[in-house]
Amino acid sequence: MSELRARLRRWREAVEDRLPPRWNRVLAGVVIAIGIALPFFFPPTSGFMNATIIAVAYAVMALGLNIVVGFAGLLDLGYVAFYALGAYSLGWFGSGFFFKARVHVLVSPTQRTLAGVHLNFILILAGAALICALAGILIGLPTLRLRGDYIAIVTLAFGEIIGVVAVNGQSVPVGGGMTLTAGNLGISAVDQPYIPGIGQFNLLDLRPWYWLILAILLFVLFVNLRLRDSRLGRAWIALREDEIAAVSMGIPLVKTKLLAYSIGAAFGGMAGAFFGTYYTVVNAAQFQFGFSIFILAMVIIGGLGSIWGAVVGGMALGYINNYLIPDVLNNFPSHFGLNFQLTQVEFGIFGFLLVIMMLLRPQGLIPERRRKLELTAKIAAEDAQLAEVPGTAPGPS
Amino acid sequence: MRPSTPIRHPQIRRAPARPDTSQGTVATRTISPTRPPAAPARRLAAVRRYAGRWGLIVALAALPVYYGIHDLVQGYQAGVVAGHAVIHHDLANLGNDIAQGLSNGAIWALIAIGYTLVYGIIELINFAHGDVFMIGSFTSVGLWGVFGLGLTTGALGLTWGLLATLIITMIVTGALNVLIERVAYRPLRNAPKLAALITAVGFSFILQNVGLLWRGGSPQSVPDLIHVQQTVFTIGGVQIQRGYILAFGVMIPLVIALGWFINRTRAGRAMRATAQDPEAARLMGINVNATISLTFLLGGMLAGAAGLVYALYQTNIWFFQGFKAGLIAFTAAVMGGIGNVRGAVLGGLIIGVIQALADARMGPQWTEAVVFGYLIAIMVLRPRGLLGEEIREAG
Repeated sequence: MSELRARLRRWREAVEDRLPPRWNRVLAGVVIAIGIALPFFFPPTSGFMNATIIAVAYAVMALGLNIVVGFAGLLDLGYVAFYALGAYSLGWFGSGFFFKARVHVLVSPTQRTLAGVHLNFILILAGAALICALAGILIGLPTLRLRGDYIAIVTLAFGEIIGVVAVNGQSVPVGGGMTLTAGNLGISAVDQPYIPGIGQFNLLDLRPWYWLILAILLFVLFVNLRLRDSRLGRAWIALREDEIAAVSMGIPLVKTKLLAYSIGAAFGGMAGAFFGTYYTVVNAAQFQFGFSIFILAMVIIGGLGSIWGAVVGGMALGYINNYLIPDVLNNFPSHFGLNFQLTQVEFGIFGFLLVIMMLLRPQGLIPERRRKLELTAKIAAEDAQLAEVPGTAPGPS
Repeated sequence: MRPSTPIRHPQIRRAPARPDTSQGTVATRTISPTRPPAAPARRLAAVRRYAGRWGLIVALAALPVYYGIHDLVQGYQAGVVAGHAVIHHDLANLGNDIAQGLSNGAIWALIAIGYTLVYGIIELINFAHGDVFMIGSFTSVGLWGVFGLGLTTGALGLTWGLLATLIITMIVTGALNVLIERVAYRPLRNAPKLAALITAVGFSFILQNVGLLWRGGSPQSVPDLIHVQQTVFTIGGVQIQRGYILAFGVMIPLVIALGWFINRTRAGRAMRATAQDPEAARLMGINVNATISLTFLLGGMLAGAAGLVYALYQTNIWFFQGFKAGLIAFTAAVMGGIGNVRGAVLGGLIIGVIQALADARMGPQWTEAVVFGYLIAIMVLRPRGLLGEEIREAG
């Protein structure tokens, strides 16, 4: 087994040697070009396009969570809170929900005639990122002095509280007969994005939506890559590996951790705002604990701390969740005489994936370089130890 | 001759086992830079110490005291006589809420013990524990069907039937918990702690979906076998219902038996030793793996018992009940001081009361938020809980 693995490694190294230098940058360029051209190969409203848009948005969320869990090593089980806040930022500032107000900033002529607060989608996107960043700090503050698994519980509790507030927000007045949220009814008729110079988006043509979320993904990806290699990124990784050592080396614990929470949250908020407008409704029932685990599963399957892993994990689970399970495999159990559909047990499937992944390939599909080195270095050390034993057995006697 | 490797004492590698408890604050657990704190920082630390000691007690007392005063001053509607609302100014209403809360809390206590035992021994939040409790409920309701227990069953048959249900359910859930440990946690014993926590979450979802397929996605009502709402007697306006007696009648003997097991038997001593220091325990000839399995067995059995009581008491079961109950019970375990069995019982009872008060006074839709608010407050004010001992630092 290990022989096979070693041979595979040798092969891969040989292939990598023959590739031109910086080949992975070229590869990234090719992938991005294919990504941009993708919609031309599918009908504008196909189910596959829909699944792709959702998968890309999931990848954005996974990238955000990856900063918190992967880089900084803070297990966040309440990430759905930022999805909720992002979506509600859109619901509040891009719909007729606050019907007493009349605020219009850079919106299309038709939207300008409507009651409510209507901001341009790009502004809402920035606002959602800001709101979520603040919320991230708020959630981060009480967890600073806690250890790993307690952090998980506190973030989970925050996520649940946000969920409860979202459901019950219907009975929270904010003045003038308006309420905080629309609960399980949902804030409907939210604005579709309008970009001056490009035009109004609508759901009859999914291509602009796809390019929009792809642009968001590329932006988030760029920020992620730069952050990882920055001083801050190294500080996160140092904290993850050994908090005491990192702090004694002069890394500011509070600032570094809070930045991880707030930046991770901001990306989640951006994806949340996009989902709000794309699903055309902001419904409290969307914000379940299961969603936090779903995003976590993306990060883990991709490889904790690995940026490309988060993208691949997010896309993969997005397709599995929105295409493979509902459209392709849904009636699979009925072939065996089982009376249920796969969509009913999708979270069970993700739970199963989590367990299997952790047991069999804890480093994920595309492991982070550092983690991979750690794992292989450990194997090498163990091999050396094993080799030492028969050598010493005859001894100098 | 090669020089022999120096013998390392296991104690040397450990963090100081127990910081000075006379300080007794959460502040001792923080990792602070070595620079001596400036005056404002010192004042802040004093505030934090004070908040840690009293803040939690104030927070816990807030709800009952507020509603007690509210009832005394403003009164509450005790009933309607001849079209007129009868307003009472006494504490009977609060007493009823508290009695109901305590009996609910007895169920949470049984679940919380499972969390606390497991956390005490391997420092893992067993996320799947709440769902083991749910499977316990489902199993016991299934067993009623097998034994033919129904509303028409006589008292004797009911007693024996429920007793048999209790024992079988406890065995099933205990075995399930041991199985989960064997499959999902033991292979990751030496992996980073995050790994085991993630498999725990994964197993929680798997069990939930097992429950979903077993009994469908919506809450199901089950026969009210023992007429839980029937009042047995009344003390000072507080009605003691059958359900309350059931909850305590199951919880107290089990907790006593558990205490006896942990403190008086050889296996119990092995558990305590492993919780203190697994490495040293192994050196003393304790089979650590078997001891951990035993801990999961005990936790699972108590969760099964809680499952039966829950089904009898609430008269409806749901695949999602385990998730909610698990979080509530975990809050209870943290509140009492995780790793401490007595703390778990105390925390369970307190959380039960908080929950009942929130249910009755603020509306059940806010209960969850209130309970989780308390969870966060505990984490901020006193992460080691009411009766908490300093727990061993994780590696």
